[in-house]
Amino acid sequence: MNQVMSKAMQESPNADGHYNLRLYVAGQTPKSITALANLKRICEEHLVGRYHIEVIDLLEHPQLAAGDQILAVPTLVRRLPEPLKRIIGNLSNMERVLVGLDLRPVTAP
Amino acid sequence: MSITASIPARGAAQALAKARTGILGLDEVTFGGLPAGRPTLICGGPGCGKTLLATTFLVNGAVMFNEPGVFVSFEETSDDLIENVGSLGYDLGALIAQKKIAIDFVRVERSEIEETGEYDLEGLFVRLDYAIKSVGAKRVVLDTLEMLFAGLGDTQILRAEIRRLFAWLKQRGVTAIITAEQGDGTMTRYGIEEYVSDCVLLLDNRVSDQITTRRLRVVKYRGSAHGTNEYPFLIDAQGVSVLPVTSAGLAHAASDEVISTGIPGLNQMLGAGGFYIGTSILVSGTAGTGKTSLAAHFIEAVCARGQRCLYFAFEESPAQIIRNMRSIGLDLQPRVDAGLLRFEAARPSLFGLEMHLARMYREIEEFEPAAVVLDPISALRGETGDVHSMLLRVIDLLKSRGITAFLTNLLSVEGMDKADAGMSSLMDTWLSLVQLESNGERNRGIYVLKSRGMNHSNQIREYQLTSHGVKLVDAYLGSGGILTGSARIAQEMVDAASAVRRAQDLERKQRDVQRRRAALERKISELRAELESEEEEARKTLQHDEELEKRLQAERHAMAIQRGGTAS
Repeated sequence: MNQVMSKAMQESPNADGHYNLRLYVAGQTPKSITALANLKRICEEHLVGRYHIEVIDLLEHPQLAAGDQILAVPTLVRRLPEPLKRIIGNLSNMERVLVGLDLRPVTAP
Repeated sequence: MSITASIPARGAAQALAKARTGILGLDEVTFGGLPAGRPTLICGGPGCGKTLLATTFLVNGAVMFNEPGVFVSFEETSDDLIENVGSLGYDLGALIAQKKIAIDFVRVERSEIEETGEYDLEGLFVRLDYAIKSVGAKRVVLDTLEMLFAGLGDTQILRAEIRRLFAWLKQRGVTAIITAEQGDGTMTRYGIEEYVSDCVLLLDNRVSDQITTRRLRVVKYRGSAHGTNEYPFLIDAQGVSVLPVTSAGLAHAASDEVISTGIPGLNQMLGAGGFYIGTSILVSGTAGTGKTSLAAHFIEAVCARGQRCLYFAFEESPAQIIRNMRSIGLDLQPRVDAGLLRFEAARPSLFGLEMHLARMYREIEEFEPAAVVLDPISALRGETGDVHSMLLRVIDLLKSRGITAFLTNLLSVEGMDKADAGMSSLMDTWLSLVQLESNGERNRGIYVLKSRGMNHSNQIREYQLTSHGVKLVDAYLGSGGILTGSARIAQEMVDAASAVRRAQDLERKQRDVQRRRAALERKISELRAELESEEEEARKTLQHDEELEKRLQAERHAMAIQRGGTAS
């Protein structure tokens, strides 16, 4: 997609562990600002050098909402690695975000 | 809102603006449609037709009222939806291509969603807003909004957002339908009826006696009067139609015009020369008395006037009826071909009474007949009270439209059924067909049990089903009542013999008179001849006397000369 304030981080040559993330927001609300800050923090902690975040503001691009089945805002969509995952909310619950991104097993040992 | 302003208020100055659904009957029940620019909740159990009703509202809006619409589906994908409503004859695909309808499928799958803190449903709002703008929508359907509760865990957020959504829809001025599944003891499973306070419709799909009947009820309608009953409704290949139950008033106009029964003898029995137009006629009789034949005659009479007739057959197929009526010399096929006669055949057990009623209503609305035949009403199954109330509604429906109703009723035993007696008050004319049993044979008799507003015959008349139709035969009254069949024929023979005898007597008397006249005339001429001969003799004698006198005179003269005197 050709749009948006896309924040390219360091690209990893290794596509295997690469995370392609897209954050859908609707305007600069406190929730979306919090979500973006949380997302950046998590990525820096767990995915250094192998992630790519694209932020889409639905108020500017409403036609994109249907394509990724966006309902709640903010929604983080993990496009890569597959399968596609949707994580909704301001990402303040770190545990759940990590589960959603498959960065931690669902059941703790 | 612009919609509100564009619809002229009727009656009260602040009458609520309404968006017509275009669904047969529903606009009557709601006195004009759903509240324009406001959300309406449609709730009901699974499979009761919520989605189809909502889709029909949308399609009718786009096709009939030039109000484009948006369908937000939480359950079915666009393709499924297009396919499903295709069975009702709606071409959603074409409407989408013409930008009259937009479909947005919102997928909510709990397993794919991880909740990680605060969120709202702005995404849904954005999509809805985008879809509304893309077609300029005036109508919106959300089907089924409650799917959100299954997909998302935070009900507190959901409730707040749904409340906000309804306020938003109102503010946008779109007429919205929100569907919801009926809950256990509540109208909707998640109680969203609390948020939609303007109009709530409840759909129901009840089974009794293994027959399903769909019903619709307007639970509430803020700011408007509405029908409060449960109304049966119908979903089939021709779409959705609701049956508005009765104009309870008795305000139908009464016509003085008469329509022929199709049988000359029967016309004579009815004082007015036929049935009054717009009245209800019941023909009752036991099996094989010719009820359908009488109906066929009536149909033929209606069609002969160039008017349309609708025939609801509950026991025979149209082909069978047409074939059977040919045997009495009535060919109804040309009337069918000319579009004057339409058969609607369905087994009574196919639907419940309500569904039959709803189907009839739709057919009548569509075909606009001058007369309707129900053959036979005894085939309608149900409790006596239910059948009675259904027929009352049919009769009311027909009377309010000035349609003549011709009903046949099969009596199980000779005499009057209880149900029959109950029917009587609904009927304006009641013809009874009876089997007259005597001398080892059964003959058919007809009499007019009642006929409101005309001085009808009180006789039982025998009739025959001939190859030239139903024929009424002159009544013969014997010492034991009316004579029918061979007894009548015997009586006819006796009558014929005595007539011959009378004729012979007359002839003989005439001959006698003639003979006597001849004899007398002969006598007269004899006497005349006698008289003539006497006259002749008298004349001769007179002549002789005159000659004698002349001779005497001459002699006297001669004697005088001889004496020397001169003649004096």
